[in-house]
Amino acid sequence: MSEATLAHRSRVAWAFYDALAVAQRNLIALFRVPTTLVFSTVQPVIFVLMFRYVFGGSIQIQGFRYVDYLMAGIFVQTVTFGSINSGIGLAQDLSTGLIERFRSLAMARSAVLAGRTLADSVRNLIVIVLIITVGFLVGFRVHTGPLALLGAVALLLLFGFAMSWLMALIGLTAGSAEAAQAASFPLMAVLVFASNAFVQTRTMPGPLRAFADHQPVTATVDAARALLNGGPTAGKVLGSVAWSLAVVAVFAPLAVRRYRRSA
Amino acid sequence: MTGAAILAEGLGRRFGDIVAVDGVDLEVPAGTVLGLLGPNGAGKTTIVRILTTILRPDRGRATVLGLDVARQPQAVRTVIGLAGQYAAVDENLTGRENLRMVGRLTHQRREVIAPRADELLARFDLSAAADRPVRTYSGGMRRRLDLAAALVHRPPVLFLDEPTTGLDSRGRSDLWAVIGELVAEGMTLLLTTQYLEEAERLADRIMVIDGGTVIAEGTAGELKRRLGATIIEVRLADATAAGDARGRLAGTGAAEVHDDGRTVAVTVADPGRAVLEVVRILDAAGLTPEWLTVREPTLDDVFLQLTGHKAAAGE
Repeated sequence: MSEATLAHRSRVAWAFYDALAVAQRNLIALFRVPTTLVFSTVQPVIFVLMFRYVFGGSIQIQGFRYVDYLMAGIFVQTVTFGSINSGIGLAQDLSTGLIERFRSLAMARSAVLAGRTLADSVRNLIVIVLIITVGFLVGFRVHTGPLALLGAVALLLLFGFAMSWLMALIGLTAGSAEAAQAASFPLMAVLVFASNAFVQTRTMPGPLRAFADHQPVTATVDAARALLNGGPTAGKVLGSVAWSLAVVAVFAPLAVRRYRRSA
Repeated sequence: MTGAAILAEGLGRRFGDIVAVDGVDLEVPAGTVLGLLGPNGAGKTTIVRILTTILRPDRGRATVLGLDVARQPQAVRTVIGLAGQYAAVDENLTGRENLRMVGRLTHQRREVIAPRADELLARFDLSAAADRPVRTYSGGMRRRLDLAAALVHRPPVLFLDEPTTGLDSRGRSDLWAVIGELVAEGMTLLLTTQYLEEAERLADRIMVIDGGTVIAEGTAGELKRRLGATIIEVRLADATAAGDARGRLAGTGAAEVHDDGRTVAVTVADPGRAVLEVVRILDAAGLTPEWLTVREPTLDDVFLQLTGHKAAAGE
């Protein structure tokens, strides 16, 4: 081993340093080949337009202008579907052999996954800012204040980061980018549509409503809605943060274990 | 630590019901080159993946520079470089960015990363393309970059898994030249290949692998002497003539008729003398071949000789 290496750092410091190196690589790709960014943005924009102008007229939500109700749902939908890219990206890295190289290097075992989820958080931030802008153009307004808006963005990023770990596990297990996409879309669709993202859950039949009321997307939409529109907030934010932390706590170790075990 | 840079004893690995590697022993002295020769599915890649810590063996043990691949994988990773069958480089990054990324991930000091990347780019004739995304590289350029990436942290032991599979002859000879230089500098190298010519050109010793076991071992010269070094092929006008020629040439070397029914292949140990003899025999019998060629044995010939079956599972 050459003396040019840095042997003195702690394991945790290395894990962070390695994750940043991988994240940097993923971000270069994101900006050099912006199709992911474009597709991540186009889909939520279509949903904004569809629900604002096609369905929105016939949806009545007490105490809200529908566009204000809708946008919190759109934000959560955006980061949830966006997390699918984490799985697809990892599945691609597996099939090109890049992960084989990473496995042969003395880098932290968590770094490839952490780098991916960190880079995807940056992508989420960009897409959220774009979608907020689109929201403003179609009449969305923040009824609280700039700090609450920042809080909502942070909450969404945390939730997207958490979902990325779940998708990372699926991506490493699926075997190919196509399979990763096919495996994760139905799961994400159930979470997003069987929730309060676009409509209230109380018109849903019993069992569906029970599910919709007790799942992470609903909790996060509730929290984002409260942060953007006002009303009781703290409990809802805690609920969403708890969900996100729980998802990371469960799926990050599983994904890293899956990464360690060879495909 | 012994003189062996790479040592494996009784290495085995199954995938479900399939035994990929079945009791392989190998020893690569420091500064030498071992070639693992075998067809697709022989178990070569699995051996490399075990020795490079990517896969754990089910049985047996292996060390690299005295470090146990299963018990001290992180330590092993600091002394090895791996370049695989797929150029494992990021398509969206430039050549330079790829090498710098590996520099960071192998924990090199920041101030040595940039010059090391430049040095490798120059050495592998990639300086002009250094700032282009790898997407735009040719197959040969990708492989050279992949090899450069394996060398960023100056590992003393290098593993190359089918380094030239899929390359054209120009790309192949360029890569051979580069690998030859590394070996001349004292690198310990284990490479796998499907090409006898490649193993002969690069390796000090060759192990022929089939069905996860070692079926023959030696220098290229030893293997060839065992196999009959050279093959003389003559194409006759029809099957009758071919049968006639086969009978007459049987005294020169092992002679058989190919699947096409009219090409006779004679495996000989002494090609110069044998060619004269073949020509004389055919001429005396009034058999004029459509053509006559002299060629080195291929992996298929080696397999046919060693196992009695063709190198199966070809691409």
